[in-house]
Amino acid sequence: MEYLVRFAQTHETFRRPELEACATIAGAEIEILSYNQYSPHCVVRFPDAAAAAATIKRSVLAKDVFELWGQGTTYEELHEDVRRRSQHLWEGYNNVPWKFVITSFSGTRSMEKKGEIMRSFKYMGFHGPIQMKNPDEEFHVMEEYIDDVEVAALGVSRIEEPRKIFLGRKLGISCREDIIKYDLKKRRYISTTSMDAELSLVTANMALAAPGKLFFDPFVGTGSFIVCAAHFGALTMGADIDGRSFRGKDRSKLGVFENFIQYKTESKFIDTLTSDLTNTPFRRSGFLDGIVCDPPYGVREGLRVLGERKGKPAVNVIIDGVPAYLRPGFIPPKKPYGFEALQNDVLNFAVQALVTNGRLSMWMPTSNDEKLEFPVPMHENLEVVSVSVQDFGNWARRLITYRRLPEGELSDISMARKRTDADGYNANELNAFRRVVRTMLMRRDRSNGLMNGKKHMLKGHGTRCGEDSEASQ
Amino acid sequence: MKVITANFVTCAVKECKTSPASFPLHFHDAELEQQELDFQPEFIRNVIPRIDWEALRATANELGFPSLPDAKPEGQALENEQTLRDLHRMLLETHVSEGKLVCGNCNHAYTIKEGIANFLLPSHLGERIHRPETQWVTNASQFE
Repeated sequence: MEYLVRFAQTHETFRRPELEACATIAGAEIEILSYNQYSPHCVVRFPDAAAAAATIKRSVLAKDVFELWGQGTTYEELHEDVRRRSQHLWEGYNNVPWKFVITSFSGTRSMEKKGEIMRSFKYMGFHGPIQMKNPDEEFHVMEEYIDDVEVAALGVSRIEEPRKIFLGRKLGISCREDIIKYDLKKRRYISTTSMDAELSLVTANMALAAPGKLFFDPFVGTGSFIVCAAHFGALTMGADIDGRSFRGKDRSKLGVFENFIQYKTESKFIDTLTSDLTNTPFRRSGFLDGIVCDPPYGVREGLRVLGERKGKPAVNVIIDGVPAYLRPGFIPPKKPYGFEALQNDVLNFAVQALVTNGRLSMWMPTSNDEKLEFPVPMHENLEVVSVSVQDFGNWARRLITYRRLPEGELSDISMARKRTDADGYNANELNAFRRVVRTMLMRRDRSNGLMNGKKHMLKGHGTRCGEDSEASQ
Repeated sequence: MKVITANFVTCAVKECKTSPASFPLHFHDAELEQQELDFQPEFIRNVIPRIDWEALRATANELGFPSLPDAKPEGQALENEQTLRDLHRMLLETHVSEGKLVCGNCNHAYTIKEGIANFLLPSHLGERIHRPETQWVTNASQFE
């Protein structure tokens, strides 16, 4: 049977991959029959209504789902399709309390016209009481016009009449309202780089977070991703090279754990550790179902790993007869680190730590300039499931989702090429992305006369909590 | 740091990873705390196959738990609610709030403070070794 999924008209390139991920979580087979990035309406095939409802219940980017009773480009076509498709269903609903809803995407209808549309479906013979509050069944007529975004992008013209009309019986709603619950403004522990609730929830969905699973974020920060994975029932762990980021500055508070308390998911929290991905303490065996992360890109702060800078030999300082590194409060030296090396480490870690079919969902910045296109890192033991892009105008970021392949199965990486960091010892030399974005911002600020010693702030992006300011050198 | 986490970590020194003596890390001066959490049998069932049972027995012994069965519960044994509850209590509800985790190979001690273990290495131990290269795709649009 065919179903109509109604999406929110936002984060378009994330919508299909998220819908497919939600179907995987619900154990439902799905076939997408029609999808258009400029439209909220998407027609799909599911085995049954229960599969459709279960899938959409997990979706953040969908709003609701309907049993498709008919579709057409005009009302004549729609009525014809309704008769053909759903006549056998009418009888089952002709005496239940019901309501009829008419919505227009990028269009409006007068009350008068709406009444006229409603009456045109009289032939279905519904005699049950009309009930506006909590009816047993809801029937929706959904009209689709052309919105301004499409007009601007494709140069098409606006239309007076809808180009597509659907009739559907409502089956269920998505978990989109959880975005409000997880709103950063209401969250106890956040920093300037905390990922917003909507995309954190989507990230957890892409990695198939679910009850019984074990999830991990190697760059946990303030815990946006693990909080969302926990919301969907997974048990979670996090690590960060800077323990201050997940502990927080306030010694009387519990940092990331405050958020688990706030959302009443304390039972989904396992641990946070101070550790470095390049010298990870985790043993080499598959134990994770999902890895969700937004590695530090190091635009404002240079990337850091443990180690000495070039020219600084690894000497052990002895203080009061005790090696410095054994004294309480020792802060290990960190050195600049390349963007590519970091991502290689994430992929290699994922290959070792994920169970078969476990997923890695990783954010990565990129530039919109084709000349500066940043490649998708690949590994032969990982299959790229999806790549989605969030555009900020002068830069963009991608969410890349990988699946850990079973041993003996390899993904085709022949189209890939090897890439290593350029030789260099400071953060700019090692990080092409940082170099490009910083230069661009400085140029822009200079022309706007904004260069008065202030640090740059990128939308959706900034310093990680508590990182040493020396790192931005 | 919970008992389950101790079963997934070993010494962060790369050279130690190949030595059997580095796993499990040994708790020293451990202060234990119990915290009641929701019982989630599906999680225990899912995670037990990934647990290194010998290492868990050793850890349980060090922390003074009654000894675990010789063999890892499998199949039918994972349907027994009492078995699952006992494992839940040890793996998830028990945590070490203060203490040290010591590597049996290099003797490096990782400290646990306020429940958080610190695995950062001093620079002479954390030498970076050659890492395998990752392949990169230049044209990402093929996935979009």
